[in-house]
Amino acid sequence: MADEKKGDLGNDLSRRQFFTKLGLGSLSIAAVGTAAFSYQYLEPNVLYEPSPVVNAGKPDRYPLDSVTLDLNNGIYIIHSPEGYFSISAVCTHLGCLTAWKPEQNMIACPCHGSKFQQNGTKIEGPAPKPLPWKRIWLNDDGDLLVDRSTDVPPLARDSFVRV
Amino acid sequence: MAKRVDQYVNDLQQTRIWRSIFRSGTGTSTLQRALAIQQNVFLHLFSTKVRTRMLSFRATWYLGTLTLGTFLILVSTGIPLMLYYHPSVPQAYADTKDLQFVVSSGMFLRNLHRWSAHAMVFLVFAHMFKVFYRGAYRAPREFNWVIGVILLLITLLLSYTGYLLPWDQLAYWAITVGSNIASAVPLLGNKIHFLLLGGNAVNANALLRFYVLHCMILPLIAIFFLAIHFWRIRKDGGLYSHASEPMTLRTQLEIPSSPNTGENWRAPIGGTFKGKEVR
Repeated sequence: MADEKKGDLGNDLSRRQFFTKLGLGSLSIAAVGTAAFSYQYLEPNVLYEPSPVVNAGKPDRYPLDSVTLDLNNGIYIIHSPEGYFSISAVCTHLGCLTAWKPEQNMIACPCHGSKFQQNGTKIEGPAPKPLPWKRIWLNDDGDLLVDRSTDVPPLARDSFVRV
Repeated sequence: MAKRVDQYVNDLQQTRIWRSIFRSGTGTSTLQRALAIQQNVFLHLFSTKVRTRMLSFRATWYLGTLTLGTFLILVSTGIPLMLYYHPSVPQAYADTKDLQFVVSSGMFLRNLHRWSAHAMVFLVFAHMFKVFYRGAYRAPREFNWVIGVILLLITLLLSYTGYLLPWDQLAYWAITVGSNIASAVPLLGNKIHFLLLGGNAVNANALLRFYVLHCMILPLIAIFFLAIHFWRIRKDGGLYSHASEPMTLRTQLEIPSSPNTGENWRAPIGGTFKGKEVR
């Protein structure tokens, strides 16, 4: 009887097996689609986060050889003899906000004790990388702008602003 | 007077309504007491019979039960706390302060929730140590140990997600540090970090996501695995009692068996254990 059925259908599948496979196949496709749409849903398309570009004000706010922490934006504006530059104040270890220690002439992280030089170079501590330099430039009004989302090579000519 | 109360209870238990709810009937015979466990949707997860010795404090130190107790306290204090807490950046911290200083019994509920959370983490570890050093994780209970490890992870995640909700400095930086640890996952790290926080930094989206995880997703997953965990105790042969483990297991482990433990052991799953017949 079963053999007859196979013969009728002209293949190795019984009708029940065929529909089982069809059903499971459709469910698998639906599951993959659901997973893809779920992933897309969980990933925000619009972020109401502060702009990565920060206006740091007029350059003369920062005296020569000074390191200024912008608490709200997590960056340092540093006025060195070579010019103005900006580095991230967010520790490369686990994201704590670092602090400038003028008496020790270094940047220190309160969470796990990482230490950096004024130009971001790592001195010691669990931090795996130096503090990255951020793109800095002057706008038409003469304000310093910093793009926190763009890293620039440390100590490179273009990474400084000269006024 | 006591007799009269007994009589009332007895009359109540004979009513048609009572009998329609509790089908096992009343009585103190072994059968009826077993039925009372077996026919109750909650109690049927557990064994109908248990050795009195295993109910003593020294057998388990009640660590698993105490862990369940803290979990139940956390659910029953967490739900009232949700009535006053808004998971939004401008309100979360203020609501936390209100719960402490303005809402009646708010301080009590919040502290009970917090201390139970700490106690639960402690008790989970204590429970695992006790199970480990008694050797109760061994076959045939090894899968229940795995379920237990999953429950440990869920406990820690519940603790972690709850930590952000007060939205104070401690919470903010702890979650900043904790979520950055997730970034260390090879290749997918930054993506996981982004999806977990719903953004690039701990912000409004992160607060809402942690709230939903803490109040809905993780507790539901915990209850799901808790049910399996309890049911597996029965399926794996009841609470571990060394003296009554199957002979085959003991010879396999080369532990000499005492000639007479006074207890008969029945195989929990079928009649064989690791291919050997168990009597």
